[in-house]
Amino acid sequence: MEEVRNVFRRRKITNTCFFAGMILIFAAASMVTGFHVADGIRSFPAAAEWIVSNLVPDARALGHLPKILDRLTETALLSAAVTVLAAVFAFLFSLLGSDILKIHWAMKRMVRIAAAFFRNVPDVAWAMLLMFSFGQNILTGFFALFFTTFGLLTRAFVETIDEVSSSCVEALEATGAGIFPIVFQGILPSSLPGVLTWVLYMIETNIRSSTLIGILTATGIGYLFDLYYKRLDFSSASLVVLSIVILVLLIEAVSNKIREVIM
Amino acid sequence: MALLEFQKVSKTYDNVTKALTDVTFHLDEGEFVSIIGPSGAGKSTLLRCINRLVDASEGEIFFDGQDVLKAGKKELRRIRTKTGMIFQHYNLVDRMSVIENVLHGCLGRKSTVCGMAGIYKEEEKQEAFEILQEMGLEGQAYKRCDELSGGQKQRVGIARAIMQKPKLILCDEPIASLDPKASKVIMDHLKKINETKKITCLVNLHQVDVAMKYSKRIIGVSAGKIVYDGTPENLTDKVLHEIYQSSTEELITDV
Repeated sequence: MEEVRNVFRRRKITNTCFFAGMILIFAAASMVTGFHVADGIRSFPAAAEWIVSNLVPDARALGHLPKILDRLTETALLSAAVTVLAAVFAFLFSLLGSDILKIHWAMKRMVRIAAAFFRNVPDVAWAMLLMFSFGQNILTGFFALFFTTFGLLTRAFVETIDEVSSSCVEALEATGAGIFPIVFQGILPSSLPGVLTWVLYMIETNIRSSTLIGILTATGIGYLFDLYYKRLDFSSASLVVLSIVILVLLIEAVSNKIREVIM
Repeated sequence: MALLEFQKVSKTYDNVTKALTDVTFHLDEGEFVSIIGPSGAGKSTLLRCINRLVDASEGEIFFDGQDVLKAGKKELRRIRTKTGMIFQHYNLVDRMSVIENVLHGCLGRKSTVCGMAGIYKEEEKQEAFEILQEMGLEGQAYKRCDELSGGQKQRVGIARAIMQKPKLILCDEPIASLDPKASKVIMDHLKKINETKKITCLVNLHQVDVAMKYSKRIIGVSAGKIVYDGTPENLTDKVLHEIYQSSTEELITDV
């Protein structure tokens, strides 16, 4: 009985310490940055008013719609192309990093380190870096997205493959099949749902990221937003944002449908 | 001539755990042999040493006149095509159809490109259907494997093994996850294959009564060593207790 009470007391103490710590950090951070909660809340009505008066797309903004849609499709198609290409490379690469093909452990470690490197450098950092070699070009954005997508998908595929296909790989090995038939007849079909789910998710994510990268590299929908914003044409800029939101929701709905069908 | 011969085979995992110690036995063509023993005694390791899913550390293994441990990549693949394998958890490609899983049995004989693309000859498909018919699965040929029951999945596993036209079928706990009725169907199929197709069967079993009923020879494995090799009739309670390393009157078979 005494022991049970101790367990609960300890839980209570950790919880209290946790919340006290959070409040302390918040207070310290507010003090350093000069942030006031009350002021923050009070500024909401003014912000809302500004949004209503400036950010609602007007007739002039709608005149820009064909151009916006054109850039939007360009950005979306680029993201999809990057993701699919990166997925193909990531799948082949992840085979070297999985436990299944019994490749030397040093290779496995190398694949994982490479994947972690590509994944952990943010796409915006890649874009800035690549800007030096490619300039403000659509290729810059393409490669920046490619590298992060490749890193993330490699990691995700290694896990999917290890989880899903060890049993059928053993069976196909026992029939005397070579590595390539095992990959295409065993591993690929077994891990397909997981792989496709990741690819669809990355297409969504990349549409969002490519908008930001576009601002940097002066391409795609991001460039258009930047342009309108700097011209103080807020209603057109907000139309850009709105169209991106609608596109992302649309893609999400479509990929959910696809996932339902393939499962 | 013996189909399979083990000479003082040992297996040590990671230089520490001894799974097999000096295992010596042989199988003649057409035999139906059961291996019994407690979990972790090395039954699965023994079976996997034969087709080198596990590499033995010491000793010699001969299969069909060939030195298994010295076989190169190509020879190993040829040895594997001649040994079918059946698993406790069926190990099918669940998202593919039954007929495709059966056809996987001939992947070992195909060229890399045809194997990759899953291109099979008309005769091979015909044969796969005939095997499915024997297994009583002709109605399920186009179903996906994850729609089948455990017993049906195991029958697909057997069909895949037969498709290889093997000389030896290795069965690793084929009925451990099945109910008694499905278990009987599976064991009867194995027995039938053994008798009509003259395929040698080596079966790992947990069920001593099943082993005694179906096989003419039983090998008892305990702590990585063969402690019994003989007929079911000579398998006394005393021997059983030695295999399962229990003091008297503690086995479920005693009841």
